[in-house]
Amino acid sequence: MTAYWPSLFGGMLLGVSAMILLLVNGRIAGISGIVGRLLGGQQVVTNAAFVIGLVLGPLIYAAAFGALPDVTIAASWPVLVLAGLLVGVGTRMGSGCTSGHGILGLARFSPRSMAATATFLAAGVATATILGFFR
Amino acid sequence: MNALNLARLGVTLLAGALFGFGLSLSGMLDPARVIGFLDVASGAWDPSLMFVLGGAVAVAIPGVMLQRRLARPVLEETFHMPQATVIDRPLLLGAALFGIGWGVAGLCPGPAVSALSLGLMPVFVFVAAMAAGMLLHDGPLKRLRAPRS
Repeated sequence: MTAYWPSLFGGMLLGVSAMILLLVNGRIAGISGIVGRLLGGQQVVTNAAFVIGLVLGPLIYAAAFGALPDVTIAASWPVLVLAGLLVGVGTRMGSGCTSGHGILGLARFSPRSMAATATFLAAGVATATILGFFR
Repeated sequence: MNALNLARLGVTLLAGALFGFGLSLSGMLDPARVIGFLDVASGAWDPSLMFVLGGAVAVAIPGVMLQRRLARPVLEETFHMPQATVIDRPLLLGAALFGIGWGVAGLCPGPAVSALSLGLMPVFVFVAAMAAGMLLHDGPLKRLRAPRS
């Protein structure tokens, strides 16, 4: 169980971040929405501020713990391009990702977000599990 | 830029940094851990991401209950909440495409963008493709889907 404390506490910080944005600025912390609007030139300063903070997060972690967080990527470049395209098109078409639907949507008991979260979790599990047989 | 705008911007920056820090601490930043969660037949299933989502939602539920009792947010006139309620085809098809991409690479938008600061080429490749996918959807694909608007 102790192995999961950082995950639980890190997850709770995601909730705190989302609640700060919601209760103070009245905004939903949906990362695909924020990045998509930034790319589309909407509310550039606000969305850029969130993205800058997001990018600084791992560096603050490194300053606090003396080591960068682990990031191990096994996929080849062509596979990453395909996956990136799917994630980009899919999150904009589906109006959200793991943060907007997964955290805020579930907390709001939104049927739309529950349906989206169940769908991307099921698709993610199916895909990773099938690909697991070829690893 | 007035003081109120500056305060909102500071809060947004802080929320972003806290989100990136939380992702780093939680292990969600690491695609290998994400794949270890999504691949349920690997024989070494890693349940930690359930704790991430569980922890986030456990904090967000009382936050949303509080939000519903407030007339307005602290620094804004109104809450900007999602208005759509219909479970339609774009929602489910989009979520399915996203899930497939997530399962392939182990990266979703938050961790991918956050990990840009680590200077890893595969992260840049993924984020560039993701940005292209977003622009592709919001531009040509959206016009294709709604030609008479």
